[in-house]
Amino acid sequence: MSNLVVMPILIPMLIGVLLLLVKDKKQVQRIATLLTVLSMIILSGYLTYIVYIDGIQTIELGNWPAPFGIVLVADLLSSSLVFLSGILALVTLVFAWLTFSPERERNFFHPFFLFLLVGVNGSFMTGDLFNLFVFFEVMLISSFILISMGSKKYQLRESLKYVIINTISSMFFILGVAYMYGLTGTLNMADMAVRTSEMENTALLSVAAVVFLFVFGTKSAIFPLYYWLPHSYYAPPAAIAALFGGLLTKVGVYTIMRMYTLVFNHDPQILQILLIVGGLTMFIGVLGAVALYDFKRILAVHIVSQVGYMIMGIGIFTPLAIAGTYYFLVHNIIVKSALFLYAGIAERITGTTQLKQMSGLLKTHPYVGWLFFITALSLAGIPPLSGFFGKFALIISGFEAQHYFVVAVSILTGVLTLFSMMKIFMTSFFGEVKLPDPASAAVKVGGLAAATLPLVFLTVLLGVAAEPFMQFSMEIGEQLMNPSDYYIPSVLED
Amino acid sequence: MEILMIFAVGIIFSVGTYLLLTKSMLRVILGVMLIAHGAHLMFLTLAGLKTGSPPLLGEEASSYADPLPQALILTAIVIGFGMTAFMLVLAYRTYKLHGTDNLDELRGTDDE
Repeated sequence: MSNLVVMPILIPMLIGVLLLLVKDKKQVQRIATLLTVLSMIILSGYLTYIVYIDGIQTIELGNWPAPFGIVLVADLLSSSLVFLSGILALVTLVFAWLTFSPERERNFFHPFFLFLLVGVNGSFMTGDLFNLFVFFEVMLISSFILISMGSKKYQLRESLKYVIINTISSMFFILGVAYMYGLTGTLNMADMAVRTSEMENTALLSVAAVVFLFVFGTKSAIFPLYYWLPHSYYAPPAAIAALFGGLLTKVGVYTIMRMYTLVFNHDPQILQILLIVGGLTMFIGVLGAVALYDFKRILAVHIVSQVGYMIMGIGIFTPLAIAGTYYFLVHNIIVKSALFLYAGIAERITGTTQLKQMSGLLKTHPYVGWLFFITALSLAGIPPLSGFFGKFALIISGFEAQHYFVVAVSILTGVLTLFSMMKIFMTSFFGEVKLPDPASAAVKVGGLAAATLPLVFLTVLLGVAAEPFMQFSMEIGEQLMNPSDYYIPSVLED
Repeated sequence: MEILMIFAVGIIFSVGTYLLLTKSMLRVILGVMLIAHGAHLMFLTLAGLKTGSPPLLGEEASSYADPLPQALILTAIVIGFGMTAFMLVLAYRTYKLHGTDNLDELRGTDDE
């Protein structure tokens, strides 16, 4: 029992509500948001440390004992992801200050930025299925507002599709909760896990598992439910696209990781489905990236392909595979957002995201070019950067579990990823200087590039210090694969 | 009673799906609303209909009905209400800016 667990949800919520009242005070908004994000990073960092030393922390809200009330659970996976989302929020916040027009900032950007974090942190922490639905909705409505803010023609058109598709999947979430409540009579995820493990007839449970795969699959953009993502993530400005690309789909992956290790671990056929879907997701995603010639669009379809790796890791379902999935998830949150920010910088310099219209950015803005180069190599999985070790763990575990075909697909996808990232580098950064507007060579973007430095630093650090971090991931893999030793007792026996 | 409810839910879902597949923006939103109601009814049905006396009123009855699904559905309805309001506003703005509510004309991208 620790009150610390609720803080990363409570603080942004309170400050966000207060900031709604002071719409026009720009400095107040900025400073309050910055302090909130900083306090979130410090508290969740401390929480991760406590969880690492003392084991899983829980809080029963309103003092209702565990299976009846709502519990928030901070295990290593959730607390470290909250920490990471705080860091990502800090970087994107600073980037947003430097790029946003004053009108956009005045129209409730900061409050909804904070509400988005409330939803994301809540989804990571909650141990109650219906509460997860509520936090998903908090996250979605904030993302709807952030994505449609500005009301450009293209933006409205694409956000309408984004909103409708996500709302439909939320309705199926309610349906899934209904199935699970009808089957087990509980909403507490740990209690649910106990009851499903005692169940004799698991056919209905598999139905619920597939409904949930549809729901979380739509949020995390897996094959064949990814079609909304490339267009929607193209619409908002770079800072918001980076936040979405880094966090929102990953919340979907996190819930798949949580639910399928904790509750739906009864049926090997579902793991087969996950493996097939994972392989298709990564391959079809990367094919899109190979075909396209637009900076932001390539990155958006790459999200799809990277999610495929994580789904594959969950499908392999060994401690090492889960550890690899976690490592890859962390790597992807960092690198994907950084790349979106570089797309934003390139757009700021040239005024376009079309690769064929820009060339030679390396000569005019060398530091941006080389920072992009490092991050792109990391995404493609070149050692010693962070992308390599995540993929390495996944591939090794795939070999151990003898899933040779999907491993082969993942290696091929890695090669194509490298190809598409180098395509961006060669066409727009390398070569002769050729910009749509010659004056744009003098555009200063030093501040923007500096804002992305923490992310580049983290991807290098995760690669160079892979040993301790891999051990941390292995511990998470152990915790997730043995819920009856870690997660369930810490929730139900306090 | 449960069987009847399941059929009602099935009909609501199929009508909702039909509306989702039409090309008018407003009909699609109506379809989403119908599916939401279907999901709520399904929740009520799956939790079991009327198996005891009302909860919280007196302590004599041998069994009580489960109040939890209704509380949850109420929450879900409120959330769905907010979502619908937002969708309608967004659809109206899109209609104003694009001059059409035909989803076929809102396809594709300008730059591809």
